[in-house]
Amino acid sequence: MKHTISVLLQNKPGVLSRVTGLFSGRGYNIESLCVNKTLDPNVSCLTLVSYGADQIIEQITKQLHKLIDVIKVTDMAETEYVEREMALIRIKAEAGTRAEVLRVIDIFRGKVVDVSPRSYAVEITGDEEKIQAVIDILKPIGIQEIVKTGTIAMTRAKKSI
Amino acid sequence: MKCLKEQGVDVVFGFPGGAVIDIFDEIMRNKDLTHVLVRHEQAAVHAADAYARVVGDVGVALVTSGPGATNTVTGIASAYMDSIPIVVFTGQVPTALIGNDAFQEVDIVGITRPCTKHNYLVTDPKELISTIREAFHIARTGRPGPVLIDLPKDVMAAMVNFTEPKPIKMRTYRPTYEPHPGQIEKACKAILKANKPVLYIGGGVIASNAHEEVTELARKMSVPVAMTLMGLGGFPGTDPLSMGMLGMHGTYYANMAVSDCDILIAVGARFDDRVTGRLDAFAPNAKIIHIDIDPTSISKNIGVDIPIVADCKHAVAAMNSWLNRAKDYNRDEIAGKHEPWLDKIRDWKSRHPLGYVEEGDIIKPQFVVQKLHELTGGDAIITTEVGQNQMWAAQFYHFNHPRAFMTSGGLGVMGYGFPAAIGAKMAAPDRTVIDIAGDGSIQMNIQELATARQYNCPVKIAILNNNYLGMVRQWQELFYDKRYSNTGLETAPDFVKLAEAYGAVGLRATKPSEVEPVIKEALATDNTVIMDFVISREEGVYPMVPAGKATTEMLLV
Repeated sequence: MKHTISVLLQNKPGVLSRVTGLFSGRGYNIESLCVNKTLDPNVSCLTLVSYGADQIIEQITKQLHKLIDVIKVTDMAETEYVEREMALIRIKAEAGTRAEVLRVIDIFRGKVVDVSPRSYAVEITGDEEKIQAVIDILKPIGIQEIVKTGTIAMTRAKKSI
Repeated sequence: MKCLKEQGVDVVFGFPGGAVIDIFDEIMRNKDLTHVLVRHEQAAVHAADAYARVVGDVGVALVTSGPGATNTVTGIASAYMDSIPIVVFTGQVPTALIGNDAFQEVDIVGITRPCTKHNYLVTDPKELISTIREAFHIARTGRPGPVLIDLPKDVMAAMVNFTEPKPIKMRTYRPTYEPHPGQIEKACKAILKANKPVLYIGGGVIASNAHEEVTELARKMSVPVAMTLMGLGGFPGTDPLSMGMLGMHGTYYANMAVSDCDILIAVGARFDDRVTGRLDAFAPNAKIIHIDIDPTSISKNIGVDIPIVADCKHAVAAMNSWLNRAKDYNRDEIAGKHEPWLDKIRDWKSRHPLGYVEEGDIIKPQFVVQKLHELTGGDAIITTEVGQNQMWAAQFYHFNHPRAFMTSGGLGVMGYGFPAAIGAKMAAPDRTVIDIAGDGSIQMNIQELATARQYNCPVKIAILNNNYLGMVRQWQELFYDKRYSNTGLETAPDFVKLAEAYGAVGLRATKPSEVEPVIKEALATDNTVIMDFVISREEGVYPMVPAGKATTEMLLV
């Protein structure tokens, strides 16, 4: 099963390789990974997506927690959360398809970020499924290049007061 | 230096080199620190490891950059697998040269990341003192382990102001020592209900000094005890409740008891594959209680019913005091209830005791270990190499005290035993220290004879010499149709002459009748002694659970 895991860690040299080394050394999967500073510049937030049986995911969270530089580990599956990815996609856009591409991008609330006579580069954000849907629709028109971020995720705030 | 002193460091095992000349210069001036010059950096780490095990605190090794650092990796990995607190200082090229492929430069922090509990590269001299303090703190607390500090030459040479120590508080590292009272209650109630309980204790009992608490619990509740290789000495080996070691080369009765028990109380053990055999057949009918300070050990291999994350000593003490307060606990009643279970174990034991077949004029290795036990009164510190020698030592030297058995349990390092013996002897100069070795393993760190001689370390080495890499040969015999590929060691040194070459003493026994006189002479000699026991060549270690089989599927003598 897919799990999105959020890890707060000390922003120090080598910390990222402690995390990725843990995954490669123990044979766990990393599907995607995204990391950047938080409001506190000494702390980074790393979001990673992994697949595995519950027992494996439990080991992963425990092993991550065991790393000395790790502050907090949250398996998002245990909470309500929102997650987003972003993709930059360059699509072939010649006379016959230029309008069609723009319509599709509009439907998915994407933005054009670069234009050339024969292509558009667009920015799409959403969860994994939405990004995949955009790709599926645009593929027949002709995708020239695609760059995706990993997933980032945030737990939802409590709805009750 | 002052920082090391503050951490209680008296002995450092090391080897100098270009990047660490500054520290060695300081060592020369410092009279209250003993530096033991080993002959290979791997040995420094093994010696520090054994030193740590004997004193129950951090052992320290100091080596230079590059090859000095890479040579420590095996020792560090072994200490990591066995959860032994050591701090390894490695020299590094000056900060300005890092990343330049400088002479004797290696990214040792990167190399040792997966086999240390934590490691540091100190780039700012101002952080040196706090880093050293944090390193010792991490090494000795929680689940202990090795910590490496990489010191660039310029950082090492810098003058820093010594600051007074403050209690260490780390934002991200706070091991759980105290057990959850609710879990303790659940565990105790489950134990009270059980009819066929087994205690399964590991190295955590030794590390946390929980042997007294465990012994109290076992005797109070009449629970038989099985020990892992790392747990030997955690419960008196000659106690009637002791079933000795369990697992691949464990006793028949320990393995049968574990597979038949209705409650398994695991204390400071990690359900290693050498212990469990085939997972689904391990303690299949038992409720499992698992006490461990490391949450990752719990439910890693085997699902646990009652997990208790805590220091073993605290947790077992809490169980003992809960039981003492419990109304429905009556010692005699419990003893009576468990009598049929203990009877069953005694029956297994009488049917298949640990043993071996005598062979006339040929020395049996088990006989040598038995004699060593007898002639040292069971009070020696025993270190081992890895392989058959290790298993025979574990089976036939019945340890009654903790911190008396040093072996590379998890990583299984051939060449561990001899430097470990030197480290142990430095920690306990008044104890008899014996390395039970094989003719293969001993050659992996034989150069340490010079170290032992230099520091007047009268350790004894008992080589169980079968001219084979015996354990691998045993596997080849059993599972590879006796195709003894590359396990014969017919070309070997004359160990007696070798000892003499180093100014040590060499003795040899070729007949059973010579075993006792040789051991007696060795024990009476105030020098490093190699005892070369020429043993039955194709003797095997039994019982044996073939890898991947259930622990009840044992091959017996």
